[in-house]
Amino acid sequence: MKKFALRGRTRGTPRLGPRIAALGTMIFIVLGIAAGRLYYLQIIRHRDLAEMADRNRIRILRLPALRGLVFDRRHRPLVDTKPSFEAAIVPEDSPNLPATIARLQKLLGVDGLQKKIDDADDQGRPDFEPVIVAEHLDWPQVVALESHQLELPGVNLQVSPQRHYLYGSLAAHLLGYVGEVSLKDLDRLPDYRMGDEIGKFGLERSLESTLRGAAGGQEIEVDAIGRRLRLLREIPERPGDSIVMTIDLDLQRTAEAAIGDRAGALVAVDPNTGYILAMASRPAFDPNIFAEGISPSAWRELATDPNHPLENRAIQGTYPPGSTFKIVDSIAALMDHSISPDTSFFCPGGIWFGNREYRCWRKQGHGHIELHRAIVESCDVFFYEVGERLGVDRIAAWAHALGLGRKSGIELNNERAGVIPSTELKERRFHQRWYPAETLSVAIGQGYVAVTPLQLAMMTATIANGGTLYQPQFVREVDALDGSVVKQFPPIVRGELHIDPQVLDEVRDGMIGVVNAPDGTAHAARLDNIVVAGKTGTAQVVKEAQGVRVKENALPMKYRDHGWFIAFAPADHPKIAIACIIEHSGHGGSSAGPVVKQVMEKYFELYPPQNARPPAPSTAPAESAHVEPLDE
Amino acid sequence: MPTFDRRLLYHFDWTVFSLALALCGVGVLSVVSATWGGRHHGLDPLVVRQLVWVGAGTALMIGAALIDYRVLASYAYPFYGVAVALLIVVAVAGHSTGGSRRWINLGVFNLEPSEIAKLAVVLVMVRYLREDPPKGGWGLKHLAIPALMLAVPVALVLKQPDLGTGLILILITTTLIFVGGLNWRVMAALGLAAVLAAPAAWHYMKPYQRERLVSFINPQSDPLGSGYHIIQSEIAIGSGGKWGKGFLKGTQARLNFLPEQTTDFIFAAYAEEFGYIGTMALLGLYAALIARGIWIARHSRDRFGALLAVGFTGIIFWQVAINVGMATGMLPVVGITLPLVSYGGSSLIAMMIGMGVMISVNMRRYLF
Repeated sequence: MKKFALRGRTRGTPRLGPRIAALGTMIFIVLGIAAGRLYYLQIIRHRDLAEMADRNRIRILRLPALRGLVFDRRHRPLVDTKPSFEAAIVPEDSPNLPATIARLQKLLGVDGLQKKIDDADDQGRPDFEPVIVAEHLDWPQVVALESHQLELPGVNLQVSPQRHYLYGSLAAHLLGYVGEVSLKDLDRLPDYRMGDEIGKFGLERSLESTLRGAAGGQEIEVDAIGRRLRLLREIPERPGDSIVMTIDLDLQRTAEAAIGDRAGALVAVDPNTGYILAMASRPAFDPNIFAEGISPSAWRELATDPNHPLENRAIQGTYPPGSTFKIVDSIAALMDHSISPDTSFFCPGGIWFGNREYRCWRKQGHGHIELHRAIVESCDVFFYEVGERLGVDRIAAWAHALGLGRKSGIELNNERAGVIPSTELKERRFHQRWYPAETLSVAIGQGYVAVTPLQLAMMTATIANGGTLYQPQFVREVDALDGSVVKQFPPIVRGELHIDPQVLDEVRDGMIGVVNAPDGTAHAARLDNIVVAGKTGTAQVVKEAQGVRVKENALPMKYRDHGWFIAFAPADHPKIAIACIIEHSGHGGSSAGPVVKQVMEKYFELYPPQNARPPAPSTAPAESAHVEPLDE
Repeated sequence: MPTFDRRLLYHFDWTVFSLALALCGVGVLSVVSATWGGRHHGLDPLVVRQLVWVGAGTALMIGAALIDYRVLASYAYPFYGVAVALLIVVAVAGHSTGGSRRWINLGVFNLEPSEIAKLAVVLVMVRYLREDPPKGGWGLKHLAIPALMLAVPVALVLKQPDLGTGLILILITTTLIFVGGLNWRVMAALGLAAVLAAPAAWHYMKPYQRERLVSFINPQSDPLGSGYHIIQSEIAIGSGGKWGKGFLKGTQARLNFLPEQTTDFIFAAYAEEFGYIGTMALLGLYAALIARGIWIARHSRDRFGALLAVGFTGIIFWQVAINVGMATGMLPVVGITLPLVSYGGSSLIAMMIGMGVMISVNMRRYLF
C-alpha cells in the first residue's frame, strides 16, 4: 500500500482534504435548503396546509332546519311541513351498480338515474356520499322501494321536509311559495348551499330569514377512502320561527269564494291598526306545486297564463280608481274650502269644457246637486266642477296624503306604486304642460290615475279611523317553536292627516248614503244590522269613443270596465275597511258590492260588534269563543 | 484477520453509534405511529419486525466495527461479484410486489439485493480509488473501469425498476470519484454531457416515471393521480406546524391520506406529528452524523479509510436529501428510503453495517 497522505506530494495532484471539505460544504448547503423548505411548509404555510388536512379528513353533513310554520290570526295553521320521500344511492355500496340502477328505475318508473350519479361525480362527489336520484316519491313508489330493499344494495329511502300549504291556493299570493335556491342567489347568500329551499314570493320571501332558522351540521371524520370513522362535532340546527299572521282564515276563505272564478282582488284591513284581515287575488295558484318541484312546462303555463294567476292583484294590479276617487275630491275640496257642504252645482248630464263634452254617467243629469247627494249618486258633473275649482295639484296632494300613488310599505316584494298625476309629474315624465281639461278626468278617477286595491283599502281605513294612515301589515307576531313570543308587530303610523272631523263626517255621511239611501249606488251592499259606509267606482278600460255610448254588454270581455267598491263598517265605530275590484264586471255596485257585503257579513259573524244586535246564535262558530280583540 | 486489540474498545466511536441508534429510535416511533389504529390493536407486526431489524443491525454494526476495515480491500471485488449475482437472481427469480421485482424471498424475510449493491459499489469504488490520483487528477481513461463497475448494477437495478437506488449508486460513485481526485476539466465535461443527455434519459424513462416527473413540476395537473403523493405529503408536513400534532395524532398518516407512510414518506408522517421542532431535531441528527462522518474521513490514517467514510456518509446524505426533498415537494417522487428511519430490514441493516465500517475507520486511526 502506498504511503497515505492527506496533502498530495505532487503539485497539481488533487488533495483529499480540500475535496472532503468541499463535499462537506455542499452537504450543509443542501441540508440548509431542506431546513428552509421545512420552515416554509411548517411555519409559513402551516395555516392553509392544516386547513387542507382538515378538509381531507372532515366531511360536513348539513342538517337543514325545519322551516317555521305560518298561522292565521287565531293560531290556526296555514303552512306547515310534511315528510317527502326521496331515493338515495351510494354507488360504492352497490356491487353491481348498473343492475341496481336498472331495478330501481323499473320499480320507480323513472329513468336517467345513471346520469344523476355521473353529474354528482362530475361535481366532485366524495366516495361513499349518497346521491339523491329521485325526489318527491309517491306512496306506491315508497312501498315498492321498501318492499324490494334487499334487491337494491346501496339504495336508501330518505325523508326530507317539504313545504305544505294546508289550504292549497288560499291566500297564495300573500303566503307565496318556496323553491330551490338559484345559482344567482347562491353567490350573494353565503349561508345557502345548492339544493337549499328559499322563499321566492310573498311572505315566504319577505320573511325568509325568520322562517328559515339556521342549518346545523355534523363534522364526521373520514379516512382516505371515505369511510366514516367518528362524529367529531355536531351543531344542532335551529328551527325557523313561526309566524302569526293578521289574516283570518275564515274571512280569507269567504273573500276568495265571493270573488270566485272572476278576476279581481279584495283587501280587508282593520282601520284602527292597519292589520290586514284578508287579502285575496284571483285567479290564484297552488303554492304546493312549487314545493314539489314544478316542471318547466307547468311553470311556463303559469307564467304565460293571460289571466296572470301569479300576480298579486292586491299590490301589483294598478287600476284607475274611478268614482272611488271622488272621496279624495270631497276631502280636498272641503279642507281647501273650495266648496262648502251646501255648495250646489247644476248637472245637465254633461258639461262642455274646451271643445269636448264631459258626460255624467247619468244621461238625464242630476239637476241641482250638492256634495252629499253627489257622493250618494256619484254625480260626475259635480266633481268636474269641484276638480276645476281645485286644480290637479291640490287633488294630487290629498291623494298622496291618503296613500294613493305611492307604495304602502307592505312587507312584500313587487308592490307597485301606481300613478297620481300632477303638473310636476307630467312635466317631469312627459315634458308636457298640464291641460286643465285633464283635471276633469282625474277628478273622476280616470285618465292617468292608477292605484292598487291595497292603496284604496288603506285610504278607506284612513277615512274610517279619523285620519290616520297606517302601514299595512300582515304579520302580528313571530313565535318560537315552543310558542313563546319572539317579536311583535305593533301598528305603524305613516301619517296623521288632521282632517277636520266635520269634513270627515260629511264624507262619511255621503258614503253611508251610497249604501243605505234608496238612490245609493251600492244598495246591494247593505247589511241588516250594521251600518255600512261605502263608495262605488268604475275603472274604464278603454276611453269611450267621442260622443258614443256603448252598452257594456255589447263589448268584448276584455274591454269591459272594472267594478270597484270600497267600504267600512260599522260606520260609527269602524272595525273593518275593505277595497274590492272585480275586473271587467262593469258597475262596481253590482259586482264588487255583493263581494264586500259577504266579507262584511262573515266578519261580523266572526267578530260581533258590541253595540249591534247579535247575529243568530246558531251560525256562530266555535272559534269565536276565544277571539282576541282586533285592536290590540 | 489481525488480533483484537483492547485499545480498540477505548477508541470505539460512541458518537456514530449513538446517533445511528437515535435515528433508529425515531424510525421505530414513526413506524409505530404510522401503523397505529390499523387492523391490529396496539403494536403492529411491522413495529415488532423493525425492532428485530434494529437489534440485528446494532449487532452487525458492532461486528463491522470490530473488523479491521483494511481487510475489506481484499474482499471488495468478491463482495461486488456476490452483489451483482444477487441482482441477477432478482431479475430472474425475484419476488415482485406492486409491479416491481426487487426482493429475494428467503422464507424468514425478503432480501433486497439493491441495498447490498449500495455497500458493494461503495466498497469496490473505494478499493479502486484508494490509489493516489495521477498529476492533474483522475482523467477519463481512469474512469472507464469505475464506469463499467457502476453500469452493471445500475442497469440491473433500473430493470427492476428501482430508479431511486440507481440514482443513489450513480450519485455515490460520482461523489467518491470527485473526492478521490477527479480532474476539474473532466468534471466540467461530464457535467455538460449529463445536461445534454437529459432528453435522452426522458426518452428511455418508463411512462410512470415520466408521469412522476410531470406531476412533480405541476402537482395540480393530476391531483388524484401521481401529484396526489406530493400534495398529501406537503399537507402532512405543513399541517404539523411548529410543534406538531403530537405522537399518534397525525391524521394524514393515520387515515391513510399519506402514501407509503412507513417507507418512502415516513418523513412526512414524522413531520406531521412532531412539527418543525421535530423535523429540525431529525435533520440535526443527520447533520451530526454526517459531520462526524466527514470528521472521520479527514482524520483517517489512509485514503482507503477516508474514502470509506466519505462513501457511507455520502449514502446517508444523498438519501436524506432526496427523501426529504421529495417529501417536501422539492424533488420528483423517487422511491428512496430515509436512512435508518424508514421501515425495511435490508436498507436498515445495510446502513448499520456502513456505520459500523465508519466506526472501524475511526477506531483504528490510533493503531499504527
